[in-house]
Amino acid sequence: MIHSLFLINASGDIFLEKHWKSVVSRSVCDYFFEAQERASEAENVPPVIPTPHHYLLSVYRHKIFFVAVIQSEVPPLFVIEFLHRVVDTFQDYFGSTNVGDQLPTGQLSVVPWRRTGVKYTNNEAYFDVIEEIDAIIDKSGSTITAEIQGVIDACVKLTGMPDLTLSFMNPRLLDDVSFHPCVRFKRWESERILSFIPPDGNFRLLSYHVSAQNLVAIPVYVKHNISFRDNSSLGRFEITVGPKQTMGKTVEGVMVTSQMPKGVLNMTLTPSQGTHIFDPVTKLLSWDVGKINPQKLPSLKGSVSLQAGTSKPDENPTINLQFKIQQLAISGLKVNRLDMYGEKYKPFKGIKYMTKAGKFQVRT
Amino acid sequence: MAASPAYGEEKGGSSSLGEPEYGHDPASGGIFSSDYKRHDDLKEMLDSNKDSLKLEAMKRIVAMIARGKNASDLFPAVVKNVACKNIEVKKLVYVYLVRYAEEQQDLALLSISTFQRGLKDPNQLIRASALRVLSSIRVPIIVPIMMLAIKEAASDMSPYVRKTAAHAIPKLYSLDSDQKDQLIEVIEKLLADKTTLVAGSVVMAFEEVCPERIDLIHKNYRKLCNLLIDVEEWGQVVIINMLTRYARTQFLSPNQNESLLEESAEKAFYGSEEEDTKDAKAEAASLAKRKPYVMDPDHRLLLRNTKPLLQSRNAAVVMAVAQLYFHLAPKAEVGVIAKALVRLLRSHSEVQYVVLQNVATMSIKRRGMFEPYLKSFYIRSTDPTQIKILKLEVLTNLANETNISTILREFQTYIRSMDKDFVAATIQAIGRCATNIGKVRDTCLNGLVQLLSNRDELVVAESVVVIKKLLQMQPAQHSEIIKHMAKLTDNIQVPMARASILWLIGEYCEHVPKIAPDVLRKMAKSFTNEEDIVKLQVINLAAKLYLTNSKQSKLLTQYVLNLAKYDQNYDIRDRARFIRQLIVPTEKSGALNKYAKKLFLAQKPAPILESSFKDRDHFQLGSLSHLLNAKAVGYQELPDWPDEAPDPSVRNVEVPEWTKCTSREKRKEKVEKPFYSDSEGESGPTESADSEPESASEESGSSSSSGSSSSGSEEEEEEEEEEEGSGEQSEDKEEEEEKRTKRKEKEGSRKAVPGSADSPSEEEEEEEGVKKAKKKKASQGKKSHTETSSEEASASESSSSGSDSGSEAEAKQRKVPPSSKAGPKEISLLDLDDFTPPPPQPVPSSSIVSTSLVTDLEGLMLTDTSLAPALLSPAFGAVRTYELLHRMAGEGLSVEYCFSRRPFPGDPHMVAVQIQISNNTDAEVKSLRVSEPKPLSGMRIQEFPEIERLAPGDTASVVMGIDFCDSTQAANFQLCTHTRHFYVSIQPPVGELMAPIFMSENEFKKEQEHLAWPGEGKLMGMSEITEKLTLPEKCRSDHTIVQQVTSAANVGRVPCGADNEYRFAAKTVTSGSLVLITLERREGTAAQLTVNSEKMVIGTMLVKDIVQALVQ
Repeated sequence: MIHSLFLINASGDIFLEKHWKSVVSRSVCDYFFEAQERASEAENVPPVIPTPHHYLLSVYRHKIFFVAVIQSEVPPLFVIEFLHRVVDTFQDYFGSTNVGDQLPTGQLSVVPWRRTGVKYTNNEAYFDVIEEIDAIIDKSGSTITAEIQGVIDACVKLTGMPDLTLSFMNPRLLDDVSFHPCVRFKRWESERILSFIPPDGNFRLLSYHVSAQNLVAIPVYVKHNISFRDNSSLGRFEITVGPKQTMGKTVEGVMVTSQMPKGVLNMTLTPSQGTHIFDPVTKLLSWDVGKINPQKLPSLKGSVSLQAGTSKPDENPTINLQFKIQQLAISGLKVNRLDMYGEKYKPFKGIKYMTKAGKFQVRT
Repeated sequence: MAASPAYGEEKGGSSSLGEPEYGHDPASGGIFSSDYKRHDDLKEMLDSNKDSLKLEAMKRIVAMIARGKNASDLFPAVVKNVACKNIEVKKLVYVYLVRYAEEQQDLALLSISTFQRGLKDPNQLIRASALRVLSSIRVPIIVPIMMLAIKEAASDMSPYVRKTAAHAIPKLYSLDSDQKDQLIEVIEKLLADKTTLVAGSVVMAFEEVCPERIDLIHKNYRKLCNLLIDVEEWGQVVIINMLTRYARTQFLSPNQNESLLEESAEKAFYGSEEEDTKDAKAEAASLAKRKPYVMDPDHRLLLRNTKPLLQSRNAAVVMAVAQLYFHLAPKAEVGVIAKALVRLLRSHSEVQYVVLQNVATMSIKRRGMFEPYLKSFYIRSTDPTQIKILKLEVLTNLANETNISTILREFQTYIRSMDKDFVAATIQAIGRCATNIGKVRDTCLNGLVQLLSNRDELVVAESVVVIKKLLQMQPAQHSEIIKHMAKLTDNIQVPMARASILWLIGEYCEHVPKIAPDVLRKMAKSFTNEEDIVKLQVINLAAKLYLTNSKQSKLLTQYVLNLAKYDQNYDIRDRARFIRQLIVPTEKSGALNKYAKKLFLAQKPAPILESSFKDRDHFQLGSLSHLLNAKAVGYQELPDWPDEAPDPSVRNVEVPEWTKCTSREKRKEKVEKPFYSDSEGESGPTESADSEPESASEESGSSSSSGSSSSGSEEEEEEEEEEEGSGEQSEDKEEEEEKRTKRKEKEGSRKAVPGSADSPSEEEEEEEGVKKAKKKKASQGKKSHTETSSEEASASESSSSGSDSGSEAEAKQRKVPPSSKAGPKEISLLDLDDFTPPPPQPVPSSSIVSTSLVTDLEGLMLTDTSLAPALLSPAFGAVRTYELLHRMAGEGLSVEYCFSRRPFPGDPHMVAVQIQISNNTDAEVKSLRVSEPKPLSGMRIQEFPEIERLAPGDTASVVMGIDFCDSTQAANFQLCTHTRHFYVSIQPPVGELMAPIFMSENEFKKEQEHLAWPGEGKLMGMSEITEKLTLPEKCRSDHTIVQQVTSAANVGRVPCGADNEYRFAAKTVTSGSLVLITLERREGTAAQLTVNSEKMVIGTMLVKDIVQALVQ
């Protein structure tokens, strides 16, 4: 299992260490630094690095490397998943307002995921159904692959030991699901009902995948015309974003990013709305579009200046898209009802739907 | 997960304390330097009387430790506070001690007595933390004290303390391995612990201390399987991995027979039929020799109880189950893990990295498993390079003749990526596809040749290397390409590529007789500036040219060899000397000289491009060793299956008391039912306890009552779901629903009567039961919704078990538990197992009461009166519908299909598929038709006539015919409207690939005998598949059995004299092969299913489907 843990920040300082067994010298991290150098980018550092006496397993989040030192065989995912949980916990802890004087109390509860003696004056349970569309759209605008991945995030503040059931109008849409450990699996298997004693506070109740057989509605399209000419240091760049299958809802929070080829020196662009930035060092173009008005489609036009004397780049940039649609679960998933057993009071219940772009990519 | 508080605590020590400190002390650097004044400060604070000062000091000190600063000189000052009353201070002192005790052993001993006192504290948390620290301080002198403490804690009444004892075991073991024997005793004791809290930790200790003592697991095996779902996530991973190893030593390979079958099935899809049968015959010989394989119920128990964990949110758990299935499950069942693994690809990139490595290994062995998810491995430009390369590996492994064009198109876009390492890997991948799939070799080669004019040198170089490998396969046809590549030597600089070109020209110099010497001339000029690998190839080229064309190249060769003779690199000097001796004839040159040409220009086998993940599965998947492809320290080999199964009775445990207890129901709920597990799991141990068949049957009965709807067939489930919406709302509606079902039922029985006028109607009795149950229900008056529904479940339960009069009494009994279950429970702290789940609320499962006339008929049909086939097929009964196109996806057009089980008019070899199209848009849909069917080889599709227009809100029903060629491969086609095309596919369940036929009992026996004991030229055992199963209670009445079988497959019942046997017959639609099914009920719950068919693949799949229909 995990022998020691080192936290390394962006500038390569080991700023925290923790040893569960005997102390491992921090010089073991040198192997990690070597690998980091070879990998050029942080995300390409191999998560598992063997060294003569140890194995280094690491995760990279919030610009911090969490490097675990292992001495013997252990399932790598065991360590990686654990490290991610550690990060989640940190995030939870430091993210909340009362970074604390109070050390966590080691309470033991009958329901391992719920503390005992929870009390609220206002009893409320909110559920957010959030769906993300992962898609690859090809040059001509047709969908190469598209999937919907959804989650139900909950914020439950209920007194005592409430026992909740949540049912769907159309549970058959859910093709693949994974649960918070509180969900009773058998109940889901037999009745397609989520039955659970919730943890206190925020948690992810369910992640799901919508059946791959269903074609996915793609709510936006991108029209693009990006061309580099031979023997010219100028290229043309033009993109327009428009709504497609939005079920009558507004598409907002639209953000377009695109990694330009190395040969691009600068871009002179005019957006019809929103703001754009081109970083000449990283060659990253980002355009914060905002809302899409179907009457007046947002566009970004202009020219690209290329390095003189070199031939035009072979590769075309891909366009990454982010967007949000409120009050819509694009799969059509609907929560039917939420019931509470085990407690007498009437809780306040709320359900919100949202659709977002996941990994949404347009090839050009 | 009661470990979490403990984790939280420790984390608190390292981070939450370290971090704030960071903030409010700007001069913190000062503290950490060896500024003794500041340290004096801390000492003073520690010595003060105020807890707040002590706490502040300890926080700073722990922060120092966390940042790796030395705080060892504070040891005496800190250790004094170990007895401090303040729990917060105490915790931090513990953190300090664990870090420094090893370095200052003598001083550390001062604190031991405090811990010893702590071990006796009434508060379990303090007992546990005292043990934790005591076992963590690594002072060898206290080993005896630790041993004593662990032994005592192992019998502590608090499961949390016992868990801590389990944690302490590996720590003590690593400190002093001589304690092993004593520790094993403790492990044995803790393995017997019944709480979920302890299970994971003790298995962990087992794995670290005595993984070889597999015998310790026997008695606990079933318990571990059953507890598993309630163990905390991390414990689950450890247990699953250990049980995988255990199973490999105790059970037989589930694929010993099937492995042969499976292979031939694969071939049937890709290879020619003829070959297939030939192989099959050859294999059959070995197959027939073996005993029929029957899976050990304990093996099944493990598979069944781990499967739900594929739905875990924890990637490590999912991976653990996936590897368990990969290593232990019958091939036909391994497929379930693919979906879960693909799901993990949505997770953090580190998780993706590990999962993809495992998928890469699996996809070589079981390609079919991941084929449906091909697109999930498509690469995005934003993926990190290491992920891209792994995905590429998987895509390449998945490539076959059918999908290669899609994959190559995808690869084409990758080649234009900005990530050059990735482009290089893509070119390699194309090369591998080209070697593996002959059909596309030329296409790939052409594509790669085009890349030779790419501007990026790396791309060109990689292409050259790959082209070289491809050309080796058929060089004669490609002299143009070789010429083209020869020209590249002027420009290309990458050594590997230059070397590859030179090798090619040398090897095939006869195809380019004019160019080759010229290339040598150029290379001779630049020889001194080349890299070593290039130089070696120049020598090679020179030698080959000398042998084939000495006139033009003699001098050049001499020159090159002379240059090489004085090269700095000894390899090159050696090579030059060796080659000179070999090719240039001198007086002294030996016999070898004559063979020089043969030596150099021998036919060389083309290189095999294969995955680096090939055969990596000899490492247990999911392990560190697998990932590194090297044995890691402490890796336990995954043993091979034994040839003979060890004695299974070692796992028998004395029947726990509760099974004998009279108030069994109640106690079981209380004691044995883990928190949120299924009741299915519990039936496990009793299932195999053959000695007590009665308790076993009762057990399974009660289990089916608490999850009754789960055991229904899929059709029922669908119906239930539809009813759910209304059913849940109000009781009145439910009542109505029931009346309706009852009416339906009556109709059913009425219709049934004429067919069997004199036979005692089972339904009548059955209905009687239902009525009674309902009356009872009515008399209960107003009860909570929960109870009603559970009550109802038992009512339908009793009806489904037919004339079994005992069931009614049981139903009555079952009325009692809900009241004791309902309502808020007193929750006693710490006794996790005492927590009972809230009352289950099964959905009204009125559909269990048979709705189909046909099945009613069949229940009665025990005499020889045979019925017309049309009557027997459930064409008008409950037919399962499948979704072809969802409303959302079809932009308002929704399409469903079902297998109507009627013969398809016009072509008897086609399966009729009834398609129902609804237009939910508000516009007319025009010219609906099928287009571009893309059937696999041999498959034929008869499209339905074009629907000219479909008004909004209208629904049309059409029939199309598909000849599936007796295979369950999906038929793919496009559904077109006047504006849109939708890609859809229909995949038939195996049971729909046949049509019922009628034969008498004698005919059936004759045919069966013929299949089972074929004459000459055929081999016995080839066409018979047998599976043992345990019938759940609800599936014991005649008509439910018949119903389940006929719903799973389109077969006709064959009359049978014996009343414990059921027979069915059908012919496959395409080839008309006979399929004979026999279900024989043995005593108790056991039954045996036999399928005879020449089509082994169909037979195997059918057995699986029917067993599933019966058992679920």
